[in-house]
Amino acid sequence: MAIRRILIANRGEIAARIIRTCRKLGIETVLTTSEADRDSVPARLADRAICIGPARPGESYLKVETIVHAALGTKSDAIHPGYGFLSERAPLARLCETEGIVFIGPTAAQIEAVGDKLRARAEAEAADVPVVPGGAVASKAEALTLGDKIGAPLLVKAVGGGGGRGMKLVQQIEELPAAMELASAEAGAAFGDARVYLERFVASGRHVEVQVLGDGTGHVIHLGERDCSVQRRYQKLIEETPAPDLTDELRTALHAAAVRFAQRLSYRGAGTVEFLVDRARGAFYFLEMNARIQVEHPVTEAVTGVDLIAEQIAVAEGSGLRLAQSDIRPRGHAIECRVNAEDPDHDFRPSPGKVLEAAWPAGEGIRVDTHIASGSRVPPFYDSLMAKIIAHADDRTAALARLQQALAATRITGVVTNLSFHTRILSEPRFRAGGVDTGFLAELARHG
Amino acid sequence: MSLTAADVAEIMRLLEQSSFDELTLEMEGIKLSLRRGAAAERSESASAAAPSAGAAPAAAVAPKANAAATAAAAAPVTAPPADPNLKDVVAPLLGTFYRSPKPGAPPFVEVGATVEEDTVVAIIEVMKLMNTVRAGVRGKVAEILPTDGALVEFGETLLRVRK
Repeated sequence: MAIRRILIANRGEIAARIIRTCRKLGIETVLTTSEADRDSVPARLADRAICIGPARPGESYLKVETIVHAALGTKSDAIHPGYGFLSERAPLARLCETEGIVFIGPTAAQIEAVGDKLRARAEAEAADVPVVPGGAVASKAEALTLGDKIGAPLLVKAVGGGGGRGMKLVQQIEELPAAMELASAEAGAAFGDARVYLERFVASGRHVEVQVLGDGTGHVIHLGERDCSVQRRYQKLIEETPAPDLTDELRTALHAAAVRFAQRLSYRGAGTVEFLVDRARGAFYFLEMNARIQVEHPVTEAVTGVDLIAEQIAVAEGSGLRLAQSDIRPRGHAIECRVNAEDPDHDFRPSPGKVLEAAWPAGEGIRVDTHIASGSRVPPFYDSLMAKIIAHADDRTAALARLQQALAATRITGVVTNLSFHTRILSEPRFRAGGVDTGFLAELARHG
Repeated sequence: MSLTAADVAEIMRLLEQSSFDELTLEMEGIKLSLRRGAAAERSESASAAAPSAGAAPAAAVAPKANAAATAAAAAPVTAPPADPNLKDVVAPLLGTFYRSPKPGAPPFVEVGATVEEDTVVAIIEVMKLMNTVRAGVRGKVAEILPTDGALVEFGETLLRVRK
């Protein structure tokens, strides 16, 4: 069916982003807002904005029935959930299915399949996608056999443990029997369960993810990878594509593994398969799949020229994949900085409030996805993402230079932002060299 | 989350620039009511209560005391009347507005009817779940705004009641 009106069940920059594509496609937009977002930039951009509840997400953006009722009441054909909030909650997808509203995303069953870590790992193994090697061991002999197969360094973990308790790091295989005995005894005493398992220890890992698009019947293409290793407490700060300093072989293997995983699920729509790249071994392991559009999708759009939101809508409409794998020809390099209202000098505490002045950069190869203009508010109830600044150029060096210029041209007053922290990272030699691991920011904080 | 004096000043400024005459803001442990008026009066009518569980909200222009108060706590979407004796009954949630308990049945209230705080004045349906809306104020129904079966937003004015 042709989608003529989309209800956007989200807020912030992604709401503005979705509206932009809908306008281009001639699709009307209805935006659901909380009381705190009534006067937001996206509320002004949408053809219609309706208030669905108080500021707290639990009383507004997370209310499945209210959102579906709003879609029915506004005669919307489809719901775009954005990211976060209800985007990966199966009940919304399921209620849309029963009410005859198009859910712009995967099926409820697919959301459930990837939302359960153990199930996702089993699906990965079934699709011949590598997972972190490991397994349960009952005796020293078994441990040595498996340990030899996994290779050192490895971790001995208690089956009943958690939070690092009952965990032993083994640097040499010869240390394994003693470590296992100790771990098992400790686990028995601490958790009343002496069972242990072995897992490969990745001392230095990179977060590399692959963007996929599926038609829901088993046809899947990939749109290259993104490196998101610059993270602070698992929150991505800088993303780029292509991932620097990967061998062609590893890159191709990552793409193929992501496609296999999505094919196995007959995945529908846009999704991202995340991997941990083991720098020492030159190997990679499946982490999880995100069944939605990602915050960092613009870097992929910059190099491929594909509008991922438009492709999401096309798949949801039943138009299938409009692109073949051979149509995806990435050009150049793109890097994105997430500008957050948080204070880098005070442990990145959130800095909500009123933005007095917001001057965003513009120019060749620069894209800014934002919901913040002068006078906008950053409410304290939601995440602190104010904008994404994306720079695209022929190569990484040029993209970095462009991004640095763009950050220098950005001016935000009224709230504290992490812009200065981004500037610092972009001039850091290890980042400039490319290919840092996920421990990079923590190290930077410790040693400067 | 608490409101600082600067926040209140900012909210007052926004109200002043808006086309609304009155604003009621309710958050965790905080209730703030503002009403446009003479300059001197305005500065007195703003007050913010510090968050404290169970404590009665401090000086509020629009009094809402009973359980039905949630129905009338939100900032109105439509411009409220200038007449201080007219009180808005607003939608406590988004949904479909119904004036009667079932199709064909007489409406809960008509214009001119006398209502008490706990008088049921409408139903708001959300995915077949019926939520009753009570007047939350005593008086005579002066106006009923949405048409029967219309989608109403959270905080939208449903009725105006003359005290």
